[in-house]
Amino acid sequence: MVDILERVFRRFELFAEELGGIVYLLFETLVWMVRPPFRFSVILKQMEFIGVQSGFIVFLTGIFTGMVFALQTSYAFRLFAAENLVGPSVALALTRELAPVLTGLMVTGRAGSAIAAELGTMKVTEQIDALYSMAISPVQYLVFPRVISAIIMVPLLTVLFQFVGFWGSYFVGVYLLDLNSYRFIQDTVYALELKDVYTGLVKSAFFGLTIAVVGCYKGFYAEGGAEGVGKAATHSVVISSVTILVSDYFLTALMFGQ
Amino acid sequence: MIEIRDLHKSFGTQRVLDGVNLAMERGKTTVIVGPSGCGKSVLIKHIIGLLKPDRGQILIDGEDIGTYNEERRAKLLKRFGFLFQSGALFDSMSLAENVSFPLREHTHLSEKEIMAKVEEKLKLVGLGGAGSKYPAELSGGMKKRAGLARAIALDPDIIIFDEPTTGLDPVMSDAVDNMIRETQEYLKFTAVAISHDMASTFKIGHKVAMLYNGKIVEEGTPEEFKRSKSPVVRQFLARKAEGPIKV
Repeated sequence: MVDILERVFRRFELFAEELGGIVYLLFETLVWMVRPPFRFSVILKQMEFIGVQSGFIVFLTGIFTGMVFALQTSYAFRLFAAENLVGPSVALALTRELAPVLTGLMVTGRAGSAIAAELGTMKVTEQIDALYSMAISPVQYLVFPRVISAIIMVPLLTVLFQFVGFWGSYFVGVYLLDLNSYRFIQDTVYALELKDVYTGLVKSAFFGLTIAVVGCYKGFYAEGGAEGVGKAATHSVVISSVTILVSDYFLTALMFGQ
Repeated sequence: MIEIRDLHKSFGTQRVLDGVNLAMERGKTTVIVGPSGCGKSVLIKHIIGLLKPDRGQILIDGEDIGTYNEERRAKLLKRFGFLFQSGALFDSMSLAENVSFPLREHTHLSEKEIMAKVEEKLKLVGLGGAGSKYPAELSGGMKKRAGLARAIALDPDIIIFDEPTTGLDPVMSDAVDNMIRETQEYLKFTAVAISHDMASTFKIGHKVAMLYNGKIVEEGTPEEFKRSKSPVVRQFLARKAEGPIKV
């Protein structure tokens, strides 16, 4: 019994240590955010890596999510002769939930793991120590550009997801299920509110922050060569994905709470 | 120039440094030797401020760097060059980009001046014309040379060498030793090296100190060190598994 309690306590201790480490890294990043030099070329490079290079995968995910969602909802709404709700329900689901969450998860898998692996490799090959020894803050040089790029690019990718997702659902609804094109768009415009869009974008900015900070943290503390780097990448994906899904609920409750 | 006074450092219950006292002379090379895991790397990380001591002082030019704030510490670090065991070159950058990196970060030199300086440093370590190569294309010895070129880019007055010959064959080790000695004689920097390669130590060192059980157990010129009567030093020099140093 004591053994089990000890193990539970140890797990909790490790969790608290990791959470503390991530929060501390975030705090350090915020401190370095306002201090020159601002390396715009490094930030642009990261924006290209996190954002532009994730564009195609987000495009594919978005268009097929919209298409399948239209297909599924049309079957259900047809039972009540309410097919005109396909467009609004897809658009609402995309802007509020699906686009931010799925974009976050896709970027986590593609860029979050790469951030952890890259920084982890730099850690185990002493490249991060080398930065420090050259009087360059590794947080300012490595973490800040990734964090700011993710905060900017994940919402932009979310907009892309929403856009192609909606037109994917339009294609299925209008061309495959014979819904009225005018009503599809009109009902959607009527149903959507500005709040639906900006809350989705606020969420995705938070997800971007999570992906970058967790990836950087796991990379910074990678140990033990190739295996350690692999573990850092895996852990970063797991932690970011779970954080996205859990925080999504709380952010939704906070922003849409009664 | 660098003086370590009564330095203590523990990690959890493991005591790594237990009152280290050592002085390193300006313009000379001091080599700290000792068995693997004795705390040599921990000691040099204290010198550049990567680790904070539990107790004791590190004085550079008479000033305790433990009292430095972040700004002064950053300024101090610009006086240092650090040659890492693996070279620690940035693998996403070419050699020229690696060597120019500290120059771009810390100076206002023009592109032309930076490139001239990069070529000068690469030539000094025998890598003239190799600026466009990437670290993945280099042998272990070339990586160390490139690492040294980057370490001396800002003309530092103190250079730390972390096991400069580890992982190299004897011929390449000798070439790296020659490079360190020649560069040190030419640039007159103060060098601190850690090593357990005794041939290399005696070739590059003006002073040799042995770290064992968290303390400096012997120090002197290479000749004095070779004549040491300390059983620990004798065992280390004789490369024997039997003796006071437990494997």
